[in-house]
Parts: sequence; structure tokens; C-alpha cells
Amino acid sequence: MEQLTQQFVNGVSLGSIYALIALGYTMVYGIIKLINFAHGDIYMIGAYIGFALTSFLHVGFFPALIISMLLCALLGVLIEKVAYKPVRNSTRIAALITAISVSLFLEYGMMYFVKAETRTFPELLPNKQISILNTSAVLDIKNIYIIFVTISLMLVLQYTIYKTKVGKSMRAVSLDRDAAQLMGIDMNKTISYTFAIGSALAGAAGVLVGTYYNSINPLMGVVPGLKAFVAAVIGGIGVIPGAVLGGFFLGMTETMVSAFGGSLYKDAVAFAILILVLLAKPNGLLGRNIKEKV
Amino acid sequence: MKLFNKKNTLSMLAVLGVYAIAGLLINTGFIDSYIFLNIVLIGINIILAVSLNLITGFTGQFSLGHAAFMSIGAYAAGILTAKLDQPFWVGIAGAALFAAFAGIVIGIPTLRLKGDYLAIATLGFAEIVKIIGLNTEYIGGATGLNDIPRYTTWTWLYFCVAATVLLISNFIKSYKGRACIAIGEDEIAAEAMGVNTTYYKVLAFTLGAFFAGIAGALYANYFYFLKPDSFGFMKSIDILVIVVFGGMGSIKGSIIGAILLSVISLFLQGIPELRMVVYSLILFLIMVYRPQGIMGKSSLKFFRKRGVLYANHQGK
Amino acid sequence: MPIIKVNNLSKSFGGVKAVSNINMTIDGGEIIGVIGPNGAGKTTFFNLLTGIYSPSSGEVVYNLDKEISSKSFKPYKMTGYGVARTFQNIRLFKNMSILDNVLLGYHNNMRYGLLSSLFRLPSFYKNESKAYEEVLKLLEIFNLLDKKDELASSLPYGEQRKVEIARALAAKPKLLLLDEPAAGMNPNETKELTALINWIKDEFKLTIILIEHDMSLVMGICSKVFVFDYGTLIASGTPNEVQNNEQVIKAYLGGE
Repeated sequence: MEQLTQQFVNGVSLGSIYALIALGYTMVYGIIKLINFAHGDIYMIGAYIGFALTSFLHVGFFPALIISMLLCALLGVLIEKVAYKPVRNSTRIAALITAISVSLFLEYGMMYFVKAETRTFPELLPNKQISILNTSAVLDIKNIYIIFVTISLMLVLQYTIYKTKVGKSMRAVSLDRDAAQLMGIDMNKTISYTFAIGSALAGAAGVLVGTYYNSINPLMGVVPGLKAFVAAVIGGIGVIPGAVLGGFFLGMTETMVSAFGGSLYKDAVAFAILILVLLAKPNGLLGRNIKEKV
Repeated sequence: MKLFNKKNTLSMLAVLGVYAIAGLLINTGFIDSYIFLNIVLIGINIILAVSLNLITGFTGQFSLGHAAFMSIGAYAAGILTAKLDQPFWVGIAGAALFAAFAGIVIGIPTLRLKGDYLAIATLGFAEIVKIIGLNTEYIGGATGLNDIPRYTTWTWLYFCVAATVLLISNFIKSYKGRACIAIGEDEIAAEAMGVNTTYYKVLAFTLGAFFAGIAGALYANYFYFLKPDSFGFMKSIDILVIVVFGGMGSIKGSIIGAILLSVISLFLQGIPELRMVVYSLILFLIMVYRPQGIMGKSSLKFFRKRGVLYANHQGK
Repeated sequence: MPIIKVNNLSKSFGGVKAVSNINMTIDGGEIIGVIGPNGAGKTTFFNLLTGIYSPSSGEVVYNLDKEISSKSFKPYKMTGYGVARTFQNIRLFKNMSILDNVLLGYHNNMRYGLLSSLFRLPSFYKNESKAYEEVLKLLEIFNLLDKKDELASSLPYGEQRKVEIARALAAKPKLLLLDEPAAGMNPNETKELTALINWIKDEFKLTIILIEHDMSLVMGICSKVFVFDYGTLIASGTPNEVQNNEQVIKAYLGGE
């Protein structure tokens, strides 16, 4: 029971990270139908920005988080303008390979500049643990930070998407791009905002992971990026609550599988769940099923 | 429609001529072992690209897991030739059949999915295959499978490549191949004209896997050594890049693409630190300036313009 | 002996009844028109006849070679049952040649296996050359022979419709369903098409059901007409009878 509580806490933390990255995947997919494979690498760069700020400039946790988010937002917009805009009207598969090329460029470009070795993140948060309900299960202060930051960011996102003009145009574009343009929505601006918000969330996830696991490297974005994408698909890609649901679901399952002795197979389980979900619900848990009209 | 018309006879002569001349150059040492290694890689890439083209280019089924079939073939051939002391032809046949069987097993459930969802499901299956490989003691787990005999010679390589190209071209020009192309073009119309779409998708997937298995066998019995990591997501992407670069739905394109990209990566080995950075830039430039590929003309439905109008058709 | 029996056929999507309680019988060797205002459920009815939708209730029974109920309909099985169709929004294989498009229609009449297609065994040559010859004949009928190697997408609209009909005929159906065959054609083309449809009915011994808005075509060749409105069958009879039917006039012109 205590172990279960402990794993629950760990699962929620890991799930928060996945959910934060998955949100960016899902938002970009919703708007331009592109699997943005470079998204996991933005998360990696977010972690490096956090690392540089905290170890060299001795900035605190929250300022580092916010600066990293801003810089990642800029990077996301830049990537879209430079790399994705030229292929916006070409084939899906060409756009996908473009995204992969951007991903490789970021990974190996970073590797060239910061070298391949793993870096150790400084301890930013107090190393304090709280016992849960007087059992031996503990709640690390870092878990609280992660969960707190994630939930706050999600609330801000929720507000942005449903209460602001930018959010409204994002929703409109994702429902019907052509109609939205006819109604006077600025396509380029909306796409830029989407990339900015998605990338900022990935940057936040990068800093959180850096502080939580203390180590970062240029290829750290590959696996979590893929997993977050899986989470987005499980939830129903293009559907924002789906990304959150998928992220927590995946984080929780993975933690539980590891806890019960399957750590070697935890990635396989993630993909197996993905396939099972898709077979049962081909558009993900919360995805809409749109049939082609004959 | 005759077997021995002028064109067929000529191309058969050309095929045998290339074989004889290159064989002579290898035997006399004009082609050294380093060049030959790259020729082996090119041959393997041609088989992989042509077989993936059948699945993705012609039949329009977006697969991101082709390397998994190669790995299943490679391990099957490795086990058959290294552990069970079987001759190479048994290794190749076993590799092809195991991979084809995996194609059926993976294809039947996943090919109900469309587009990006199919892509991510095949990617998932490929990762599962890799993870199972990493955790199976019998085949060496993460350390890999060693001491596979080197059976891949110029003759084996050349005739496997030629057979793959010939058989897949034949298939494409038969009514079964037409059915596959029709599915790639318009699934609903194909179905209305009597094409059992599930059957033909699985058939294309299985045939593609069969030939990828052969590529795996050639790989295993040339490099002595196999590791599950070599057949990950990036390998699948590399194959897809060849297909797109060559041109979707063009067998000639896949052959030319495999040769060109192999040569490019050969040159990039001269700058190990920046190799991947330059490679990514080349990929990017190709996609921006020649997204339809070298030989590409067609714009199959799935690969046409993205956008919301298209997205509404995703769930068909 | 009727070749099609439709019993209490209904189809609803969510709460919307697209087709409700249709009953009809159709005899062989005739040209049947299905008319009605937009959104009356005509295409849904066609999709029910060809297994693309399965009925919410009721059934369709064909008696072409043998009795087959809509319970065993599957889209890809329909040509095997002797039913072929065209689509309202033309669904040709755009990047395939005209020849290949029509050859694809011949799919179910091909008899050779996987090994023959991989290794070009004799049965490959036998089947393919027979199909090729028959397809050329079809293309000649539709006056498309000199365009056989062009891509389907390069043809003008009217000719694309003809290719679609040729493709359906290549399946050697007994029942041909045409969804708005004259849509987008000019009056001359329509006239030509009307004659052609009449001719292929006799030549290929077909029963033809067509959905059409062009009344000159419907009244010219249909021996019987069914009128749909709001998913129900509001009238049926000879063209003359339905033309004078009050409910039909109301459906088309509105009013009380």
C-alpha cells in the first residue's frame, strides 16, 4: 500500500512532464496536421537553457523556468518560420521528414556545441521530504513543484484557449483552416502563437526534468519526445484535454510497470498500450471520429 | 505482353553484364574491400527502399517501422547460420519467411488505422520488437549476436537485389499490384470495384516485410554482428527518406535514391563531428526544393496537401 | 420475378433519419430513376444498396444470380454479387491511366495467383491479355480509346464520368448504379449520354438505377421513377405519373 502511494506520486510527476510535452505536440498537430518531431528537442534545449542560467548565472528556479520558457517560445516560432513554413503546402510526408531533419539538426547541433556528455543540474529546490499520512511513503518537495507548476501552466493554457482572442482563433483554425481564413483570422499569427505556447510548455518541462532528475544530455529529448507523442495520440491527437489525459495515463502506467518488476519492458508497455488504444478507438481516447462522406 | 520481347532481352543482358563486370572488378581487386562494403550497403538499402516503396509509395500505407522487419530477418538469418549451422540460402529463406510472418501479425491489426495513426502504430511495433530483442538472452540481448559467418558475396547480394526489384516490379504490374495502387489512390473507390482492401494492404505489407527480411539476412551475414539498436526508429526513417527522396511510387527512384544517399553519407563520414548536422541540412533542402523526389510525379492522396480539408477525411 | 426487393429500409445517423421505411421492388432489364430534392436521401439509399452503409433496420435483397440479403453486404463483395456503381463526386484513380482505371474494374474477373503475378507464369499473360482486349472494347464504346494512356485527372469532367461508367462495366455487373451520371455535362453531352446508357442497357443486359437531377434524361429513358423526399419514398410510377403527382410537385416547388 505504501509502495503504491509512493509510485502514485512518482507516476503523477512523470505524467505531468509527459502531459506538458504532449500539449505542444497536440496543439501543433491540431493547427497544421504536422507531427512535430523536433518538439522533444525543444524540451532538451529548454533543459540546457535552465542549466546554463542556474549553473553559470546562478539564477533561481522560477526565473530560470520563465526565461527558459520565453526563449523556447522564440525558438519554436523561429523553427516554424524557417523550416516549416516553406513546406506548409507540400505533402504530409515531406513535412514529416522536414520535422525529422529539424530534430536531427537540434540534437547534433547541440552535441557539437555542448558535447555529448551528460551534465549535472545544480540542486535548485530544497531537498526536503514530507511523509504522506504518517506512512513511509514520501512526497519529495520536487514532486510538489512539478505538479504545482504543471497544473498552473495548464490552467493558464485553458484560460488562453477558451477565453482569449488568440485561443479562439487557434480553435477556429484547427476546426477548419479555410473557413477561419475567410473569417479574417491571420493564419501566420495563429500558427506562430501555437508554436510559441507549445514550445514554452516544452521548455518548462525541460527545466522541471533537469531539476528533478539532475542530469541532462543532447539526446535526452528523443525518448520522452516520442513518449509524449504517444501520450498525445492515446488521448486523441489535436484534442487538448486528451494530451493531458494521455500524459498522466502513460506516466502512471510506466511507473507502475517499473515498480512491479517490468522496468526493462516499460517502453514496450507504453507502445503496446498505444496500439491497443488505437485498435479500440482509432482516433484516441478523446478523439472525434470523422467519417469520409461518400 | 510477351516474355522475350526486345526490351526484356536487352534489360536481361544489361543485368547480367553489370553483374559480370563488377564481379570481375571485385575479383581482380579493382574494387577494394572498403568500396565493396559500401556496395553491400547500397544493395541492402535498395532492397529496403524498394520494399518500403511497395507499402508506402504504391499502396499508400504510411509505415515508420520498416527497420523492424529487417531486424527480424537479420536475427533469423544470424540464428540459422551461426547457431544452427545452416547454409546461407536457408538463412535467407528463413529471414524472409520470419519477416513476412511478422508482417502478417503486425499488419492485420494495424492496417485498419489510417495515415498518421498507422505511422505511429508501426513505429510502436518496431520499438516493441527492438525492446524484446534487447531483453532476449538467446540472441545476446543488448550486447548483440556475434560470430555470424560472412556469407554475403557479390553474387548473393546482386541476385537478391535483382530478384527484389524484378519481383516487386512484376507484382506492381499485375492486377494485384494495380489493386494496391488503387488503394493508395482512393480506398473507397477501390473497394467499390471489388478490391478487398484489408487483404491487399496486408499483402503489400507482408511482401514488403518479406524482402526487408532478405535485406536483413544480407546485412547479418556481412557484418558478423547484430545489435537491436541498429534497427531503431532512425533506421526506419533512413529507409523512408530514401523512398521519398527517390520518389514515392517509383522503383527506379528508390534505386537511384538508395545509391545517391549512400554516397552522400559516405562523404559525410569524412566530417564525423558535423556529419549528422550536415545530413539534416541536406534532408531539409531536399524536402523544400524537391519534395516530390527525384522521379516523383504522382501526388498520392495521403501525401497531397495537408490542411483541414484533408484532415476531415482522415477518419474514413 | 423482381431482382431487387427493399423491405422497410431505414438508416439513421445519430438522431437524423436519412432514409426511412423504404419499400420497393424492381424488375430486371429496366432503367429506374431515383429523383428528389437535395438531401432527400438518394445517395444514402445508394450507399445502402452497395454495402457502404448497413441498414439501421429493414433489408435489401438481391436476386441476381442467387438470393443475397444486405446482411452479407460488404463494399468489396458487391461486384462479385453483380452490382457495380459510380459516384456522385467522381472517384477515379487520378494518377492512374484511363486504361489502368478500367482494368481495375476488371479486378474480380482476374484468375491468377500471387506466384503468377510475381513470376509472370503463363496464367498472368493469359488473364492480362484477355482483360486488356476487353477493356479496349469498352474504351472504344465510350470513345476513349485514343486517350487510354492519359492520366484520369487530365480528362475533362464529362469524360471522367464516362471513364467511371466504363470502369463499373468492366466488373461485368448485372445491376449498374449511376449516381448523377450527367452532373456537370452540357445539354449535348447529356443527350449523348442518355443514348449511351440506353444502348449499354441492352448490349450488356443490365438493370440500371440512376440518381439524376436532369429531368430530360430521367424522363427520356427511365421506365419507372421513384421520388424521395426527406428520406421517404413519396411517389413511384412511370415518368408521366410522377410528373403529375401532387406530392412530387409540392416537394419540388415547395408550398403547403
